[in-house]
Amino acid sequence: MTEDIKTRMIKVYIMGREYEVPEGLTIMKAMEYAGYRFIRGAGCRAGFCGACGTIFRKKDEYKFRTALACQTPAEDGMYLTELPFVPANKAEYELEELTSEPSIIVSLYPEIARCVSCNTCTKACPQDLQVMDYIQASLRGDINQAAELSFDCLQCGLCAARCPADIVHYHVGQLARRVYGKYVLPRSQHLKERNDEIKAGAFDQEMEKLTAMGLEQLKKLYTERDIEK
Amino acid sequence: MKIPYYPGCTLKTTAKPFEDTTKAVSEVLGIELLEMPRWNCCGTVYSLASDDLMHQLAPIRNLIRVQDMGYDRVTTLCSMCYNTLEQANQLVKGDPEKLEKMNSFMDQEKDYTGGVTVVHYLTLLKEMGFDSLPVKNPLKGLTVVPYYGCLLLRPEEISIDNPERPTIMAELLAALGATVVDHPYKLECCGSYHTVDYKEVVCEKTYHILSSARKRGAEAVVLSCPLCEFNLDFRQKDLEQELAPMPILYFSQLLAVSLGLFDALGFDQHYVDPEPLLKEKGLLR
Amino acid sequence: MIPKISKETTLLDKTEELSGEKIFSCHKCGKCSAGCPVGTLMDVRPHQVIELVQANDWSVLESRTIWLCASCFQCATRCPKDVDLTRVMEALRLLVLRENFDHIRISEISKEELRELPPVALVSNFRKCTG
Ligand code: SF4
Ligand code: SF4
Ligand code: FES
Repeated sequence: MTEDIKTRMIKVYIMGREYEVPEGLTIMKAMEYAGYRFIRGAGCRAGFCGACGTIFRKKDEYKFRTALACQTPAEDGMYLTELPFVPANKAEYELEELTSEPSIIVSLYPEIARCVSCNTCTKACPQDLQVMDYIQASLRGDINQAAELSFDCLQCGLCAARCPADIVHYHVGQLARRVYGKYVLPRSQHLKERNDEIKAGAFDQEMEKLTAMGLEQLKKLYTERDIEK
Repeated sequence: MKIPYYPGCTLKTTAKPFEDTTKAVSEVLGIELLEMPRWNCCGTVYSLASDDLMHQLAPIRNLIRVQDMGYDRVTTLCSMCYNTLEQANQLVKGDPEKLEKMNSFMDQEKDYTGGVTVVHYLTLLKEMGFDSLPVKNPLKGLTVVPYYGCLLLRPEEISIDNPERPTIMAELLAALGATVVDHPYKLECCGSYHTVDYKEVVCEKTYHILSSARKRGAEAVVLSCPLCEFNLDFRQKDLEQELAPMPILYFSQLLAVSLGLFDALGFDQHYVDPEPLLKEKGLLR
Repeated sequence: MIPKISKETTLLDKTEELSGEKIFSCHKCGKCSAGCPVGTLMDVRPHQVIELVQANDWSVLESRTIWLCASCFQCATRCPKDVDLTRVMEALRLLVLRENFDHIRISEISKEELRELPPVALVSNFRKCTG
């Protein structure tokens, strides 16, 4: 690196205080550069865990924006803070005792009936999900649609932080996916067959042989195993 | 005739028979219902505050979706959806400033231009002429009262008929061959959403409405609102007073019966099963 | 509950503003009370609600009446003086609800009821009874 190529510095305002950070960092790294250490609010650092929900405004823009800190570049003039947790009550239920009847979701999260269709949740979602539509699908008992539309939810909670109707979308979506998985999706036939075989003891002998083996024998068996192409 | 159809949440859940029978009937009548591919709850009950636009977003967003489909009319079955959609529609049609504000708030949608009309399905039928209905199985010997409730008729600006002396459902039922009797509680509110917080009020209204209908010889009550249906039907189970079970029917169910369409009646979704009555009258196959 | 806003404005002004109705147009014929489907169950009858608003009496917000009103528009349709009492009732409810107050407790509705109630009942009830 030659002397005259200098990293351009930008100004960001973290919780109101001005910091100079190098351009090109994510919001998360910019905060760390500025001296913050994450005890909460960072997990995978790869856009999967939903721990790093962040709210910000850009320079000269009225919009209130939301994003994942680990996925979003810091920009000059940004006002920001992380929002690592959004308080949200979770309904208590035993999945075994539920059904897939249309009223199931609204019976556990009746507040979804308060949705005013403002679409604020959708605008807030860093995963670009149609959040309003999955809440609406839940209200009308369309479990399939609610499950499918919410499939990529990371549970970051940004939608719930913004909703004027106090809805906890990500819990609603999670319930929809659970009900969908348990009661709507067809059971896999080969899994059932294999389970029955196991229960009937078809593999007991083989298991006994394996558990009796020593470590070296097991290693050998593993390296020499057939690999299905 | 092709027309976009706005279902509404309840038509997909407890009022499924209302939707199913209407779809069956529409097919026979040549009404092609184009179910809206994307819609949200209508946001009932219509918000009445002069400064409240937030609660008007839901209905207007639905009208934008109708506009997106390239149509200028939309039909719906639920009285409450009809009422909310059309009241909101009239509000923005008469107040460009409010419309402008809402359009700019809903910046992810195309602007609503105010060009959509909401038509209740009963009005559609009336336009086609009740007399032209291909009735195969006239409802002979069945005595019914139409129950309009509130939201098809009030406020006056959105009423589908004379708000104090409506006849539209009576005309339809007469055309189907039923004996229609009038009763004084046909416009009386059933207690509506108080079924959630003042159940006893709804029970009281249900008792009055049904016992009055019974006194006038009605064997069934016919209506167009899934909330009225729930209140008049399911709340019979919670009545303190004695009342012989009164079947409550959607007009579309009787229409289906009279057209000989028996497959999607959905009577198992009612509290008081209308089947024995219709069987006794020899109206079911 | 008497809302905080009572320190800044009169009940009459605020109600007229929210409802868009002229409260003094009422000439007390009582048709609203006569036609109200839940009027007999109310502690303050519909025409008396108007009187209380005219008198700037905030206690009307503590009546059972504003919550019992079912928004059926019967009074609005029958008023000979074109006072839309349905809107007045809404304005009064909003004065309470806008303090982030809920008239009903959603968490107290039983699971069984919730499984049986149609969505339209919940949507409409929560619109009128939660803030
Ligand atoms: S739906 Fe909500 S919780 Fe899920 S990713 Fe989107 S904003 Fe986050
Ligand atoms: S933010 Fe809340 S009220 Fe608005 S559309 Fe989403 S769920 Fe509905
Ligand atoms: S740290 Fe996991 S999504 Fe950002």
